[in-house]
Amino acid sequence: MLYREAGQFKTSYAADQAVFPIAQDRLFLAMWLAIGFILVPLISSEYLFRAIFIPFLIMALAALGLNLLVGYCGQLSLGTGGFMAVGAYAAYNLCVRIPDLNPLVAFLIAGGVATLVGIAFGIPSLRLKGYYLAVATLASQFLLDWVFSRVAWLTNNTPSGSITAPPVTLFGLTFDTPVRKYLLCLTVLVLFALVAKNIVRGRIGRAWMATRDMDVAAEIIGIRPMYAKLSAFAVSSFFIGVAGALWGFLHLGSWEPLAFDINRSFSILFMVIIGGLGSILGSLLGAAFITVLPLFLNQMPQWFGIALSTAMISHLEAMIFGALIVFFLIVEPLGLARLWRIAKEKLRLWPFPY
Amino acid sequence: MKHSPSLRELLLATVAASSLAAATGAIAQANEQFIPSLVYRSGPYAPNGVPFANGFADYLNLVNERDGGINGVKIVFEECETGYATDRGVECYERLKGKGPTGAAVFNPLSTGITYALTEKTYTDKIPLITMGYGRSESVDGRVFPWNFPLLGTYWTAADIIIQHIGNLNGGLDKLKGKKIALVYHDSPYGKEPIPLLTERARRHGFELLTLPVTHPGVEQKAAWLQIRQNRPDYVLLWGWGVMNSTAIKEAVAVRYPRDHMFGVWWAGAEQDVLPAGSDAKGYNSIALQHSAGQVAVHAEILRNVHGKGKGAGPKEDVGQVLYNRGMVNAMLVVESIRTAQGRFGKKPLTGEQVRWGIENLNLDQGRIKQLGFDGILQPLKVSCDDHEGVRHGRIHQWDGRNWKFVSDWIEGDNSLLRPMVEDAARKYAAEKGVKPTCLKG
Repeated sequence: MLYREAGQFKTSYAADQAVFPIAQDRLFLAMWLAIGFILVPLISSEYLFRAIFIPFLIMALAALGLNLLVGYCGQLSLGTGGFMAVGAYAAYNLCVRIPDLNPLVAFLIAGGVATLVGIAFGIPSLRLKGYYLAVATLASQFLLDWVFSRVAWLTNNTPSGSITAPPVTLFGLTFDTPVRKYLLCLTVLVLFALVAKNIVRGRIGRAWMATRDMDVAAEIIGIRPMYAKLSAFAVSSFFIGVAGALWGFLHLGSWEPLAFDINRSFSILFMVIIGGLGSILGSLLGAAFITVLPLFLNQMPQWFGIALSTAMISHLEAMIFGALIVFFLIVEPLGLARLWRIAKEKLRLWPFPY
Repeated sequence: MKHSPSLRELLLATVAASSLAAATGAIAQANEQFIPSLVYRSGPYAPNGVPFANGFADYLNLVNERDGGINGVKIVFEECETGYATDRGVECYERLKGKGPTGAAVFNPLSTGITYALTEKTYTDKIPLITMGYGRSESVDGRVFPWNFPLLGTYWTAADIIIQHIGNLNGGLDKLKGKKIALVYHDSPYGKEPIPLLTERARRHGFELLTLPVTHPGVEQKAAWLQIRQNRPDYVLLWGWGVMNSTAIKEAVAVRYPRDHMFGVWWAGAEQDVLPAGSDAKGYNSIALQHSAGQVAVHAEILRNVHGKGKGAGPKEDVGQVLYNRGMVNAMLVVESIRTAQGRFGKKPLTGEQVRWGIENLNLDQGRIKQLGFDGILQPLKVSCDDHEGVRHGRIHQWDGRNWKFVSDWIEGDNSLLRPMVEDAARKYAAEKGVKPTCLKG
């Protein structure tokens, strides 16, 4: 009953093509945006912003980018960490070498640089599929890691190889407080999610999905695989590059190549798989699961006054976290987003299911 | 699918519960000084992280049990597991910085990567960092880095002392001309820190420096040792950590490189680094910035007052290990800094800003060190705004197969070489970040 669309008539093409055709969805989204933009900044502590919300938003953006590639176009990539690093280091170099550049422009150009690198490493996807492509993108991860720790010019010849982001100042406003950083990240994520949603339901997205489902069939109906695959790599790398720049500038502030190592790639891939392949909501849910849950598990014993040693807590954290991943993949292999979709269908009939 | 509503509830509950916890954490009890402790008791570096954390905890417990706190202000401390990961370290910092009546007194990041990340935050959060023997080498200059305290020496100091020792072995630094010295380092900011100093020394004395990186965590280092076999450097400096150190010793055996020509930094000079390599480790050297293994007066106090009451953080047998001592000395410096600050601000819980003054005015002379029970493992130190290092002496100790034995006298880092480098690097940082170098008052 709650999700019933009966009575919502579409009287124009625009209404028929709306991003959210059902009124309840629009209401729901408006509610979440209100919570995100108004309620959260009002009630949250600095810890929540810095340790939970900001990392979650940036990781959600990266997961969204990877989801376009893996979930929508079916091209498995293990190079996400490397592409994030490209974004972060490109933004750093732009800001350091062109002092008066607007950081937001720098982030977008950094995304552009990541796009070029992504396309370059996407070229093997024209010949390789599945595991073989995964291995090829893994190579990009290691290569990029190596480049950022070896080429001194990229780190502005910092002796230790650890670089410090200059402050982010936009239109005379310095983004140094957690609330401002949070709002910037949230705005970027909302805009990018909107772009992603519109890409995937348009011509390009359909070409990606056709390629994912069966590339030979897609080619026969007139989709150029090279164009589809490379455009997926390009858009995905752009998102991931911007996420990397945000991660460096707004979350870490100072970083070394280790911040974007292979573990980063894996954790973002897990976000996509657990959240739901081929779902924008899934990217957000997956990012929340992977970034927030370990912290939650780590602090839970203390909230309930259970005295455990630090080592025991972190071992338990790893074990419970791993077990939950397995559990979710068994009960819902299509990801957390699928759970939400099922809930919506149930709510449509509730309270009179048949 | 019944879990769908409950999952959303769970997410909401997560947010609600964590904000609740943040709120309750802020409610404080009076007359307590909160000291956070970032540790790694799990992950690839745990063998080294555990004794350090135990030493740190035991000393704080000693002060509470024996003296009832610092001048009556009880110490409360909480550990947070970083796993040596920078993002988790930053999360721990955010989690702990506001706890206790006055917030965290001082952070000991225990990782160069975390130190770099937190340095930015110190300027606004006003909580000092003690990076004892690690961290940013240029932070010796307290005018640019008012909140960083690399007490008891930096990596540059450590590298300088090792080179001086090698010079002494050869009958003078000028005899190093034409020699080859290799640096096998952990490929991270930590491992790269000594390179500028070594490059400068190489330029001055005409020896050749080979830099051989090893990727984290360091179990795979055949490539580096292959190069050592080909180039046969006269000495190998090891800037390793955790499992990388024992692996390096085993690799040295494999390429028949003499262990007594290897010199580790102090992170590569504990029992945990040599014991896994067995008898092969015999003759391996490492720098000890101040102390080595072994027990002095304060250990007896810890065994009586902490372990005797069943409050020991780790096994009794580990008391007196190199890294245990390191953690213990670190805790003592924190406590003495707070005591110094109390002398000016009163015997009450202090804020990070006040504790910073205490560290900057820390002055431990021989008498005080003896009084504290640290006689024989610590040189007198005096911190000032210009010099956040306090003391830059070290000795070389050698593993004889069973124990660490000192093989050199006290060597002092050469400040005529170090100081210009520190000031150069600090000036560059100040220019990049727009920091105006001044000594903070109060």
